[in-house]
Amino acid sequence: MSKKLLVGLLSLLPFMSPAALAADEKFVAITQIVEHPALDACRKGVQDELAERGFKVGENLKWMYESAQGNPTTANQIAKKFAGEEPDVIVAIATPSAITAAAAARNTPVVFSAVTDPLGAKLVKTLEKPGGKVTGTMDMLPIDKHLQLVKRIVPEAKIIGTIYNPGEANSVSLVERLKKESADAGLVLREAAVTKSSEILNAARSLVGKVDAIYLLTDNTVISGVEAVIKVGEQNKLPVIAADTDTVTRGAIAAYGFNYYDVGRQTGGIVADILEGKAPGDIDVQGVEKLELYLNPGAAERMGVKLDSKLSEEAKEIVGG
Amino acid sequence: MSQIAFLGAIEVGLVFALVAFGVFLSFRILDFPDLTVDGSFPLGGAVCATLITFGWNPWLATLAAITAGAMAGSVTAWLNVRLKILHLLASILTMMALYSINLRIMGKPNVALLGEPTVLSVFDTLGVKYYYAAPIGFAIVVTAVAGLLLFFLKSELGLAMRAAGANPHMAKAQGINTGFMIIVGMALSNGLVALAGALFAQSTGNADITMGVGVILVGLASVIGGEALLTPRTILLALLGCIIGSILYRLAVAAALNTDFLGLQAQDLNLITAALVAMAIVLPTAKRAVFKPTGRPQA
Repeated sequence: MSKKLLVGLLSLLPFMSPAALAADEKFVAITQIVEHPALDACRKGVQDELAERGFKVGENLKWMYESAQGNPTTANQIAKKFAGEEPDVIVAIATPSAITAAAAARNTPVVFSAVTDPLGAKLVKTLEKPGGKVTGTMDMLPIDKHLQLVKRIVPEAKIIGTIYNPGEANSVSLVERLKKESADAGLVLREAAVTKSSEILNAARSLVGKVDAIYLLTDNTVISGVEAVIKVGEQNKLPVIAADTDTVTRGAIAAYGFNYYDVGRQTGGIVADILEGKAPGDIDVQGVEKLELYLNPGAAERMGVKLDSKLSEEAKEIVGG
Repeated sequence: MSQIAFLGAIEVGLVFALVAFGVFLSFRILDFPDLTVDGSFPLGGAVCATLITFGWNPWLATLAAITAGAMAGSVTAWLNVRLKILHLLASILTMMALYSINLRIMGKPNVALLGEPTVLSVFDTLGVKYYYAAPIGFAIVVTAVAGLLLFFLKSELGLAMRAAGANPHMAKAQGINTGFMIIVGMALSNGLVALAGALFAQSTGNADITMGVGVILVGLASVIGGEALLTPRTILLALLGCIIGSILYRLAVAAALNTDFLGLQAQDLNLITAALVAMAIVLPTAKRAVFKPTGRPQA
């Protein structure tokens, strides 16, 4: 037995290569919970911003990337691997990756990205000058601005519906905020829950006749199968407004959103600051700065809404389809 | 592979050895394919993490997690034994229900434990480096649990349970209450899985609703992989096989994370892991086929 085990362990030896680094080369390791267009765009943004700041992969930057393929246990192992490699900065995209990275890497700076609620996740104690080794960017949505947009598109709306997966940490904090903000805006909120994308169609149908508009958050489950909601919206003249611009291209009427590429660029800026010698604890956790209005007039027509001409003037992108 | 990554793989492997023990009990001893573990693993993490954030002592919280897991296991067994629901379906039902229950327990999908006291905090006060602390701590737990299991499975109750799983009709004829044996065994099995969930949450820094996904597969891979390597004839060897299988599985994942130089990328991870585990399982058999004479007389 022991011989077999020994052989097994020895066969792993070729993989155990120590990281040999040139003295002036910086080393960034990036961990991502799952491959997903928005998160991939975020990662690309980090890389591009670093390149612009003079840290180019293959020249003076060692870049290591791992995806946990949606598995938290693998995310844990990736975090341990990175802790052992001792990079200059660990970048962690999405909440589960960020928590595991922060837990494993005691002395390495961790910059998180695409995390909705870093305080709730205990990644940082305060948003301003968080101290310690962890900082980053959060993608909390400007829900108040979104609700104003909903009111401009559907002025007679009294009740709005939203669909989300109660199993997604980000969505739960967003719905929590949405409840408060919609009450402040004089709207009633109705929720429909799904646990997987195959349930979206039924959830959307359950809102028909009960709500005046559907407002979709950045719930991963729902957005991955958002076409089902669009279909229900078009068949029942029920306007669908989204929180992210990508969903407008896929058939929602409008979104006042940011794109994850820009979130990544912003995150990359923080990483570059740290590589240049700034202490992570001195860098404030940043919210998203760039907001853009996307409009889909075709979708508005199919969902029975007449768009205000002023909206089209404000829009950064008018998309068809 | 760096030392920290290697020790990290050992650490996670040891945690999942407890899952493998649980799967061994249900799948091999009781002959009960049990998908409850995909729910009882996060259940253990959820109960433990929530209680710790309430200010409970982490040891008591871990104990509570084991109890919760045992309850989940007995529900599955009860559905099967008393309500006559097919074992596989019974366990799927409990697993589904546990998803909602876990969300209720945590109140949200993710409870963070960063900066909270855990069972590993003891090592911090002793001044042991954190990446040694967890594997050492978990090795002690796994050894203790394996010892207790060995003792239990050789006791009268344990022997009755093995009989109930191996040949229920014969066991009944011998006056063994097989239904009761299934309930006790499943409670024990899922209690172990929940213990693993609780320890994993404490080592990884959070309990997450998705952490149960695929746990049964990892458990089965560990049990079967361990069997393939050891061809166990005794309970002791079988338990040892669970531990070795589980650690090798994690080393395979760690190795898969280090294949960049082969041109393989992050998205290939699951494929590489599957290939490595399959190789580990097939290798001993393949070796036997190569080295042993085929039995046919040579011409």
